[in-house]
Amino acid sequence: MDMQVAKKKLGLKERYALMTRDLGWDTTYQPMNKVFPQAEYEGIKIHDWSKWEDPFRLTMDAYWKYQAEKEKKLYAIIDAYAQNNGHLNVTDARYINAIKLFLNGISPLEYMAHRGFAGVGRQFPGVGTRVACLMQSLDEIRHSQTQIHAMSNYNKYYNGFHDYTTMIQRVWYLSVPRSFFDDAITAGPFEFMIAIGFSFEYVLTNLLFVPFVSGAAYNGDMGTMTFGFSAQSDEARHMTLGLECIKFMLEQDPANVPIVQRWIDKWAWRGYRVLTLVGMMMDYMLPKRVMSWKEAWEIYFEENGGALFNDLARYGIRPPKFLDQIAFDKDHISHQAWGTFYNYAAACNFHSWTPTDDEMDWLSAKYPNSFDKYYRPRLEHWREEAKKGNRFYNKTLPMLCQTCQIPMIFTEPGDPTKICYRESDYKGTKYHFCSDGCKDIFDHEPEKYIQSWLPVHQIYQGNCFNPGVDPTAPGFDALGAVLDYYNMAVGRDNLDFEGSEDQKNFEAWRGMATKNI
Amino acid sequence: MSNIDLRTVSIKPLRQTFDHIARRFGDKPASRYQEGTYDLQATHNFHYRPTWDPDREIFDPSRTKLVMKDWYALKDPRQYYYGTYTMARARQQDTAESNFDFVETRGLAEVLPEDVKQTALDVLLPLRHVAWGGNTNNAFICAYGYGTAITQPCIYQSMDQLGIAQYLTRIGLLLADPEALQTAKQAWLDDPMWQPLRRYVEDTFVLQDWFELFVAQNLVLDGYLFPLVYDTIVDDDLSSRGGTAIAMLTQFMSEWFGETAKWSDAQIKVAAAESPENKALLAQWINHWRARALEAVAPIAKRALGDRADGALDDLVQQFATRVGKTGVTL
Ligand SMILES: [Fe+2]
Ligand SMILES: [Fe+2]
Repeated sequence: MDMQVAKKKLGLKERYALMTRDLGWDTTYQPMNKVFPQAEYEGIKIHDWSKWEDPFRLTMDAYWKYQAEKEKKLYAIIDAYAQNNGHLNVTDARYINAIKLFLNGISPLEYMAHRGFAGVGRQFPGVGTRVACLMQSLDEIRHSQTQIHAMSNYNKYYNGFHDYTTMIQRVWYLSVPRSFFDDAITAGPFEFMIAIGFSFEYVLTNLLFVPFVSGAAYNGDMGTMTFGFSAQSDEARHMTLGLECIKFMLEQDPANVPIVQRWIDKWAWRGYRVLTLVGMMMDYMLPKRVMSWKEAWEIYFEENGGALFNDLARYGIRPPKFLDQIAFDKDHISHQAWGTFYNYAAACNFHSWTPTDDEMDWLSAKYPNSFDKYYRPRLEHWREEAKKGNRFYNKTLPMLCQTCQIPMIFTEPGDPTKICYRESDYKGTKYHFCSDGCKDIFDHEPEKYIQSWLPVHQIYQGNCFNPGVDPTAPGFDALGAVLDYYNMAVGRDNLDFEGSEDQKNFEAWRGMATKNI
Repeated sequence: MSNIDLRTVSIKPLRQTFDHIARRFGDKPASRYQEGTYDLQATHNFHYRPTWDPDREIFDPSRTKLVMKDWYALKDPRQYYYGTYTMARARQQDTAESNFDFVETRGLAEVLPEDVKQTALDVLLPLRHVAWGGNTNNAFICAYGYGTAITQPCIYQSMDQLGIAQYLTRIGLLLADPEALQTAKQAWLDDPMWQPLRRYVEDTFVLQDWFELFVAQNLVLDGYLFPLVYDTIVDDDLSSRGGTAIAMLTQFMSEWFGETAKWSDAQIKVAAAESPENKALLAQWINHWRARALEAVAPIAKRALGDRADGALDDLVQQFATRVGKTGVTL
């Protein structure tokens, strides 16, 4: 008789437990608190790691197999796209600035996610949790690399992509996404999971990836669209991990609830501020629009997020703070942000421009409460001035928010005509904030945020010049020296789209395909 | 515009690669390994100190005593980035799958000589936990190491070790049942035979210097364990006693060690060539951990090989010393 038949069939759950959590043990030659030194200092109490529910059951053999298939398909498309000059298929060359923003601002965060998940995957005492986190660490290096590889071809033909590893560490606006992730990775493992696993991957991911990926699809960018879609099945796992993490923490001890709540408040606001850049991209940078920032916020946060927070209410969790203000601001932030980038186009590694008449009409229709009243007149004024040869470039340095690091451009709750300023005194020094949300975050952890590497402060302190530069030399050009430090190719990476090398090249190259030259 | 044939357009690129790659290799077409590896990790202008290590930056070269001028000298000779890594493992996985299938469908587990099967269970199943230790330690190096060149392969190594733990689990389920896994776990926790090895693994869990951990785990422990278990015990001894089916089930591990040892050796070689200080440090680490590794694997050799254990261990020590000798470290 076949012995295999006599063997007890293992259930999937039991079998997966043997493949993962059963591999661990309680150490005795070294104390557990030395093996897992980060497990307790945040105050989260976990009584029983075995209560962890695996968010997905994927063994390594299956992982390798599925992921390798996905990689083969993805790279075949990336190769074909490059060989066929697929970049000339995009709607118009302005679109390319959206993916410059992506490579410079988002791809380095994918890499940070890889390192961060490796850290929490090492530090949690629960084996099931660690396996899921390490798998995400592995996925995240995939995301950073597929993005770099897909955009490598754009870098060959367009400006602004060429030194993204330096720029994320130096350029003023890139400190916004970078400090967001530095903040998460310097927190303990539980906060990291609420920050990235839950708030970012679960609550806000749709507001980041859907706009970029559908933006790519709408604008003929197959390369970007493909890595976006290819990442989606990874994201599905990451979302379930984030959700399981928060539920597990909340179920383990009621004392965890207020800690988790504070993290939700903090990271929803931190994430929302970073998404300002995405909102601006959606409303201004995609030649063919997908939807407005306001619509995206309503669908992906107000509706979907609302259902999520209803679900979490049974643990005593309420929706994040300051949602009223966000609801008011959704009519404004993308316009305020684009105005800022238009102003500071001389110090930026992507181009800006004023919208066309059609685009202004689209904005009026999408933002009936705000666009015509507050923002159209300003854009039209800039456009007129530019036509007269007075394209406005702001050469003063803006004050930055100590927490989110965005210039102080946002307006008072309820009054879009008045810039919002908040401040806190800490140990004899005054710190400035763009909003109640950012002040609130600072006030909880001042020792963390007084460390912020604020690009403008750093410039004034003389820390943003290349070695050997003498700021006291007669006729010293400070802005030029800062742009050197950024490794900005002046006149190629920066300034208005109109008249840019990107614009001219794209036109000429596309012309070669349509004319007989 | 969709009708135009863009393939016919021949346009001259403005640049061949990113600046950070061009600074290292010149502006010429770069490989996907290069663009997916070099300088991806941030090095300066960090915003906040880690709450879990407030004396250091997020990424900080002082987390090891080893010193390198350029941490990207520690490149991976396999040139693995995620795509090539998963494709390589998928191929090996495919072979492993057909091997398991072969053994299972032909009922080869049932015809194994009883003592061969018992030796395999006694020796292989507790190694699930050692592999989990290898996963843990490589996750540590990936998180706290310096420079993507060496941290990147460590997440691959970490997940490979998890894969190995899972193959070993499947071997337990194929040759026996879940109870056998529990018996082996008990042995891992209590049986004197496994305690020196368990102590070794647990002591590596608290190492703070990530390069020392690299030495203790990837060079020394794997360097003793894999040749002893998969070459000497399984491929030579058990196979000669009617256990070729076991060798089929552990083929992944043998091949994996052959591949990853080349990578570990390359790291040691480059680190040692950097300075006499590095060389001395590596020698000190290797000497410390190899003495402990020998003590840790000796009971396994005794259990599997009996009288022939001493000879096998002598060979193992010799073989390892030769291997290290080639890296330029003098022990
Ligand atoms: Fe990702
Ligand atoms: Fe702020």
